[in-house]
Amino acid sequence: MMETVVEIELAIGEKLAVKRNRILPLRKTEESRRISIVSGIHGDELEGQYVCYEVARRIAEHPEYLHGIVDLYPALNPLGLEAAKRFAPKWDMDMNCLFPGKKDGDMMERIAAAVVESIAGSDICVDVHASDKSVREIPQVRLSEEFAQKMLPYAKLMNVDMIWMNATATVHESTLAHSMNILGVPTLVVEMGLGMRINRSFGNQVTEGIFNLMKEMDIWSGNVKQTQFPVVSTDGEVEFIRAKCEGVFLSCIAHNHYVHKGDLIGQIVNTFTGKIKQEIRAPKDGLVFTLREYPMVYEGALLARILMDIEHE
Amino acid sequence: MFIREIYTMKAPFRQEFMIKGYSFGKGSKAACILGPTRGNEIQQMYVCSQLVRVLKELEANNCINSNKEILVIPVVNNYSMNEGKRFWGENNADINRMFPGGRKGDAAFRIADGVFKVIKEYSYGMQFTSFYMPGEFVPHVRMMATGYHNASLANLFGLPYVLVKNPLPIDTTTLNYNWQSETTAAFSIYTNRTTQIDEDSAKQAVAAVLRFLKRMGVIKYESHSGYISHIIMEEELCSVRASTGGIFKSLVKAGEDVRYKTAMAQIIDPYEGTVKEMITAPTDGIVFFTHTDPLIGQFDTAYQLIHRLHE
Repeated sequence: MMETVVEIELAIGEKLAVKRNRILPLRKTEESRRISIVSGIHGDELEGQYVCYEVARRIAEHPEYLHGIVDLYPALNPLGLEAAKRFAPKWDMDMNCLFPGKKDGDMMERIAAAVVESIAGSDICVDVHASDKSVREIPQVRLSEEFAQKMLPYAKLMNVDMIWMNATATVHESTLAHSMNILGVPTLVVEMGLGMRINRSFGNQVTEGIFNLMKEMDIWSGNVKQTQFPVVSTDGEVEFIRAKCEGVFLSCIAHNHYVHKGDLIGQIVNTFTGKIKQEIRAPKDGLVFTLREYPMVYEGALLARILMDIEHE
Repeated sequence: MFIREIYTMKAPFRQEFMIKGYSFGKGSKAACILGPTRGNEIQQMYVCSQLVRVLKELEANNCINSNKEILVIPVVNNYSMNEGKRFWGENNADINRMFPGGRKGDAAFRIADGVFKVIKEYSYGMQFTSFYMPGEFVPHVRMMATGYHNASLANLFGLPYVLVKNPLPIDTTTLNYNWQSETTAAFSIYTNRTTQIDEDSAKQAVAAVLRFLKRMGVIKYESHSGYISHIIMEEELCSVRASTGGIFKSLVKAGEDVRYKTAMAQIIDPYEGTVKEMITAPTDGIVFFTHTDPLIGQFDTAYQLIHRLHE
């Protein structure tokens, strides 16, 4: 059932509408629980498109297994998604810094407020992000320290490779996840892949996790494939590797790859002279869960993140 | 005057990124004036460049008081200016929301750190910056209510208004907030324009800074006393919004005194040319902010009024 969450008139012959697809069970009861799956807050993050598609497709294939309400919001920032812009175009504002929004505010503040109001009342919410176009990420759930203990049992069901309890902006105040958690809707932030791209393998993995979560919450009774146990990490276990000079970064390993101390991760090269300016080697054993994709770097650019002290299976 | 390198960073293909500071006088670090961190803040850069010109003359005439040093950084982010972009780099980082920065982050974070390490040593900090919405303001001094803020001190610029804002979580990484946390008396100065130069407003801004520096005993300078500023809280401003989208034709300017039900703007149908909506003043007041883009969306802020204030 397609529904319009909010609709606002743009300047020239168009309405900006945020929509959701509410999928109801064949027999809805008072006890039916509700999951909201949201994506597309950042217009350059497309991984959630596949997840929403796959969730809708699997439910349509077996509606008899659905016992709760599934609300899909694939495009919270429709202009950004279609214009391939991370922020809301025209306003050049990060929509994930506007929550919980204002009912009587500007256009974007009203949209944020309407989205929060629409999701409120859900029993769980999953906010699917991708990385930006600079670095590729493995499927992971990011939790803010404030809500980590409450959210950890849900996060472990998500079939991700890693749960990172950190303090990055994604999970900070002013984000959708923070606002929903404050309102009592447990909200998980999923990050994976690369900006402007869809990785079906990662998408399938997270979709499997969402069905696993739904099964645990009595929203879904169909079969779910065996899911994996994620590594649970804190900031202290993550090694950030940054460029020590400017140049063009060439990676020497595959993403999501285990490395040993001293292994070559990549090089920063000078394309005029053919010389290597910096060789980047692993400072410790671990899993390269973040790897740079956009090659142009200044000093300080993030090249890789390594999760240390885990065994290579 | 001497020119200092505040921060440098090599680039793969472009000329080295360099933030230059212009230092006047010698002695205690009295005042720092910071120009644009964003690539479209042209008016802000122009004002800073004019301050460098005037301060050079004042120094040549021995008008910088002894044991007082003034630092002007006319441009923080010339790279984005040359690219024609508001924000920094491939990920559109807003340097003004990276403070206090750090040595372990990416380029924008390091730039903020490099600048902040230098400027936090100064007693008075003035930043020329812009608002996220495109439009024109009445020139004013803006500051966050951090507990360290001093609106009475802001009065000494002699601009018509001082606006105090209660910070939101996202404001805690702005320069103004962090500068105050380091006990610098920090002020953000808003002139009426951003992407274009307005000579009158620029002159007013230069005069305001010189007036403040004189009153704080940093320079010798005779100037008009300016205004006794009206201090307002941001939440006291009355937002006037468009209730429909279309072509925006403003009938009033920033600074005008309007009365209840005064016609303020027309919103014109972009296809048929007819007036879709007439925006009228919901209250008596002074127009503090006006939308200037020729297009407007539903619920966009067309104006902000200072409620029940008259000229």
